[in-house]
Amino acid sequence: MDMSSPLARARGHGASTTGGTRHWWSQRMTSVAMVPLSLWFVYSMVGLAGVDHAAFAGWISQLGNMLLMSLFVITMFVHIGQGLQVVVEDYVHSEGAKIATLMAIKACVYLGGASCLLSIFIVVFGN
Amino acid sequence: MKTGTTTKQRPLSPHLQIYRPQITSIVSILHRLTGVAMSVGAIMLVYWLAAAAYGPEPFDRAQALFASWFGQLVLFGLTFSLFFHLGNGIRHLVWDAGHGFELPSVRAGGIAVVVFALVMTALTWFVACTQAGAL
Repeated sequence: MDMSSPLARARGHGASTTGGTRHWWSQRMTSVAMVPLSLWFVYSMVGLAGVDHAAFAGWISQLGNMLLMSLFVITMFVHIGQGLQVVVEDYVHSEGAKIATLMAIKACVYLGGASCLLSIFIVVFGN
Repeated sequence: MKTGTTTKQRPLSPHLQIYRPQITSIVSILHRLTGVAMSVGAIMLVYWLAAAAYGPEPFDRAQALFASWFGQLVLFGLTFSLFFHLGNGIRHLVWDAGHGFELPSVRAGGIAVVVFALVMTALTWFVACTQAGAL
């Protein structure tokens, strides 16, 4: 329950009642996080080019790599969701089609993110 | 104002037939295009990690797919997309901080982003190919 005064709510959140400001900030946060994470990702992928399963499993079983890959996956999919949302809002104007597309994108983001995280888990802890 | 669920078709002012392409508009639309391209490319990451989860044979198949000429082409395109989107993303964050709105800075920034993306893509692939022994 939000117990802040109207002034407190306005300060720091501007005039948005529909979550636009929160979306804007959230997008900036994922963007900033993606700078180091995506650089790390490219660096890692170069090192993992053409390796076999055992080498990959050994690499991702290290805590640092598991952690950074997980953080990269989560941040990336949130960022993808935010980015595609504004693209849809720019080009799809029929309300029904817009909502359906946004829901589908959200679903794919959750599916993709969950799949990646569970895959990492299975590689590290599976037999 | 929308009535119910129908939106009126309103006339659109001409844009692509009127304005000459400039570094500003081209970089801007490329930022969106590279972002969308990588959103689709994310599916490849899902597939690659899932293949690893399923075991050595599926993973080897995935690695072979990515090593094919088509796979390499797609990965090359995604590499450029990543560095372009990263560079221009930082340019956007600088604007968000309130700096660099003067037109000369905007143009210089746009050119810097293109150069950054090309150089980093070439560098990354040069390193990757020499490491894999292809060069």
